[in-house]
Amino acid sequence: MIRELAKGLTFTLRQMFNKPITIQYPEEQKPVTPRHRGRHILHRYDNGLEKCIGCELCAGACPVGCIYVGSAENDPANPVSPGERFAERYEINLMRCIYCGYCAEACPTEAITLGPRFDLADYRRERTVVTKEDLLEAWPNFDQSKGPVNTRGAGADQRQQKAKGPGINPRVAWEAEDRGHGGDAPEPGDGGIDIKPPTVIDPEPRTRA
Amino acid sequence: MIANWYDFLATPVGSDYLWVFAIKAVVVLLGLATIAAYLTWAERKVSARIQLRFGPNRVGPFGLLQPLADVVKLLFKENTAPSGRDRVLYLVGPSLAGAAAIFAFSAIPIGAPGYGPVPVPTAATGAVANQFHWGIGHLNVGLLFILGMTSLGVYSLFLGGWSANSKYSLLGGLRSSAQLISYEMAVSFALIGVIILSGSVDLETIVAKQQQGWFIVMQPLAFFLYFIGAFAETNRLPFDLPEAETELVAGYHTEYSSMRFGFYFLGEYLNMVTVCSIATALFLGGWLPIIPQLSFIPGPLWFLGKVFVLLFIMIWVRFAWPRLRYDRLMNLGWKVLLPLGLINIVITGAIVGLRA
Repeated sequence: MIRELAKGLTFTLRQMFNKPITIQYPEEQKPVTPRHRGRHILHRYDNGLEKCIGCELCAGACPVGCIYVGSAENDPANPVSPGERFAERYEINLMRCIYCGYCAEACPTEAITLGPRFDLADYRRERTVVTKEDLLEAWPNFDQSKGPVNTRGAGADQRQQKAKGPGINPRVAWEAEDRGHGGDAPEPGDGGIDIKPPTVIDPEPRTRA
Repeated sequence: MIANWYDFLATPVGSDYLWVFAIKAVVVLLGLATIAAYLTWAERKVSARIQLRFGPNRVGPFGLLQPLADVVKLLFKENTAPSGRDRVLYLVGPSLAGAAAIFAFSAIPIGAPGYGPVPVPTAATGAVANQFHWGIGHLNVGLLFILGMTSLGVYSLFLGGWSANSKYSLLGGLRSSAQLISYEMAVSFALIGVIILSGSVDLETIVAKQQQGWFIVMQPLAFFLYFIGAFAETNRLPFDLPEAETELVAGYHTEYSSMRFGFYFLGEYLNMVTVCSIATALFLGGWLPIIPQLSFIPGPLWFLGKVFVLLFIMIWVRFAWPRLRYDRLMNLGWKVLLPLGLINIVITGAIVGLRA
């Protein structure tokens, strides 16, 4: 019996000198899997045109009806999308969305996919309805006249993030920028977490020393 | 006779003035409470590292302000109480929880008598003139006083369990009372070996006697018995049956919430500090350094260092060993520890008697 007790003590003492395996979210974040179904992203073609042609098939396919598409005619001289029409408004109610991915399946132009972002909780209900500005992929040569460039959206820095690893969520930077403006006073969630960009940790599970 | 309050404080009591006792009492009370609070932090940190976690690290550097946050949380929680409770005893229970440990600590010297840079005026009536004692009071029957005071701890558990008028509390209270009373015997018998060796129950004398060698060397069995008993006396794993959270609801403090529960919690950790201090004074040479060459380190620091080592062992064991079944706990107390304690007394007495 004494041997077993001593064994227990030595094992626990040895464990104390091992590195903890805890991931310190949100300072450290593990990349999500490549096909993670998080918040949606609206994509562009390589020339900067939006893939979305405003056909509303995604809204029709959505089982919970959380997508609203307001389409408009393209100006032929200055088109937003290669088709006849484009999505002037594109809104998704994230409170309702069940992240089934039917919208992505229904899309004829692969304009919408489900992205890597998963931390979608917010202190304000209004902010959970995301607009086209939030969803649209950023484009380096994007012409300002075509519409507002949004640097806050989830898809915003998708291209830069790809180099670092699949699916880092830019929530931290997004919150920092949102702090204190946008017409309302800062709220607890705005500056609640450290505004440093998170450390990306190895996607491989840590092995015990 | 006593004209005003500062005359009262200047009353000589024993070997010191009353104000010396007052200052010492405040310092010990605050110090003990701080140590107990940070013991909860240490316990969470050590357990976390054993389980490959970080532990508290959000409140302050290394989570060092966590105890403060916990106290604030406890203070602001709703103070629910069962309607059928005994209103007086329900409050006496948690009040006594830490008090017994603090009372017992008041007789423990953490430094050599007379050690210290500040000469403290002592009353002319004192038998030992101009000596500063590193405990709240210096008692020539210190060990007996400590044994009596640690026995008071059982009242807090039992009164808490009884007064809540709840079957869970009552069963928890009964279990802890039975456990504490059985292990008190073993603990007391373990200490008798030390009393025989030192020929004194004055803790300062006992520590001073250990200059030739710590009593843990001469009384390893007694130390072993005392330390096992200490685990049971403080209701800690592997003997935490009174409040086994995976088996019972919560034991004697089931019906307590908010800071009343906090006092029980604090009392448990104060008790740990006290039993470890007693073990340090009796077996580990108190304020004496390990080797004489290290005597430049102040005695009180040696004392605290040894106490912290013992406290670490108590925390470490909690996360290494499983809990004992209740009947085996009683068997261990009565059928193993108590006979071993008696054998230890007989052998020690025989050796001391033959050499005399």
